[in-house]
Amino acid sequence: MSLEQSLARAKSMEASGEGSHHWWRQRISALVLVPMTAWFLFSVVGRLDDTHRAVLDWIAEPVTALCLVVYSIFMFYHAQLGIQVVVEDYVHSRSARTALMLLSKTTFLACGALAVFSVLRIAL
Amino acid sequence: MADFRLPKNSRIRKGNHFRDSTEQDLKTVHIYRWDPDTGQNPRLDRFDVDMKACGPMVLDVLIHIKNTIDSTLTFRRSCREGICGSCSMNIDGTNSLACITSAVDIKGDIRVYPLPHMSVVKDLVVDLSNFYEQYASVKPWLQSDSPTPDRERLQSEDERSRLDGLYECILCACCSTSCPSYWWNGDRYLGPAALLQAYRWIADSRDDFTGERLDELDDAFKLYHCHTIMNCTRTCPKGLNPAKSIALIKRAIQERK
Repeated sequence: MSLEQSLARAKSMEASGEGSHHWWRQRISALVLVPMTAWFLFSVVGRLDDTHRAVLDWIAEPVTALCLVVYSIFMFYHAQLGIQVVVEDYVHSRSARTALMLLSKTTFLACGALAVFSVLRIAL
Repeated sequence: MADFRLPKNSRIRKGNHFRDSTEQDLKTVHIYRWDPDTGQNPRLDRFDVDMKACGPMVLDVLIHIKNTIDSTLTFRRSCREGICGSCSMNIDGTNSLACITSAVDIKGDIRVYPLPHMSVVKDLVVDLSNFYEQYASVKPWLQSDSPTPDRERLQSEDERSRLDGLYECILCACCSTSCPSYWWNGDRYLGPAALLQAYRWIADSRDDFTGERLDELDDAFKLYHCHTIMNCTRTCPKGLNPAKSIALIKRAIQERK
């Protein structure tokens, strides 16, 4: 229990000046993902019966490769922004929060890098 | 981590049963009771109330119980007409003002609890210190560097109309205590009531400190922990729309970038 007064507690929380960036990026990435996810699902479902070779050829097409790279970057970035909010909401221990934040950021960065690298390897 | 069960000493037990001596027009009311002096767990008392002996609102029922059945029942009330914001509590699963919630219209038993996720002082009275300090932290008064005029600071009708839907807030805390974001992070997230009040001054044409006010709100927790759940707007007993005020603050901040 702390004897700190509520006014001191309420006022000690100075604005970080960072909230709006996160919020805005989450909105923009969500907007980009709406058409891209539709395109991605539509394309993948349309190719369920294709051979492995045909799918590789499709990925290697310049427009497809570009779209997949953009889609991977936005998707994993958006996921990271979302997970960050979930962690801020529900994890209140400072050490656990920092650890989880580092873990999620590293994981999504690695996943995004792996996805981009894979597409480029097939395409180039 | 978030807790999924109440702590052992907060779990609600079955309480006492009181009955008015009449055979008809009985309404059953379950009321959360907790007395800090006894050291016992909270309990849910059951009162069978003679509705012919009291007025139609939930507050009338509570006053009837306090006057004639159990004088230790503790709750805040003052104006009994929905303007003071004292008798806010969780009634029939929704935060509202007891004085303007009809007991007659509630189907079945009435369940009355304190405002959710707040420290209980006694029975239906919760500790609102942090809520009031958060309100104070948004500086809810006119700030101006312009020379003090000899008479009123004038507003056009249009400028005045921007305060409609904002000035009516009575700070009953129904909205903030219905918000899951406020439950989990009430120490850092200002909550819908304080943010609606902040917007009330941002929207005021006579206030010169809009920029400073927006700067002070640009924070991942203070403002942006609103996840547009909209419980605030759904529960507001005055029919206001705090969620819209929060969205307008976010827009105002974005428009300055």
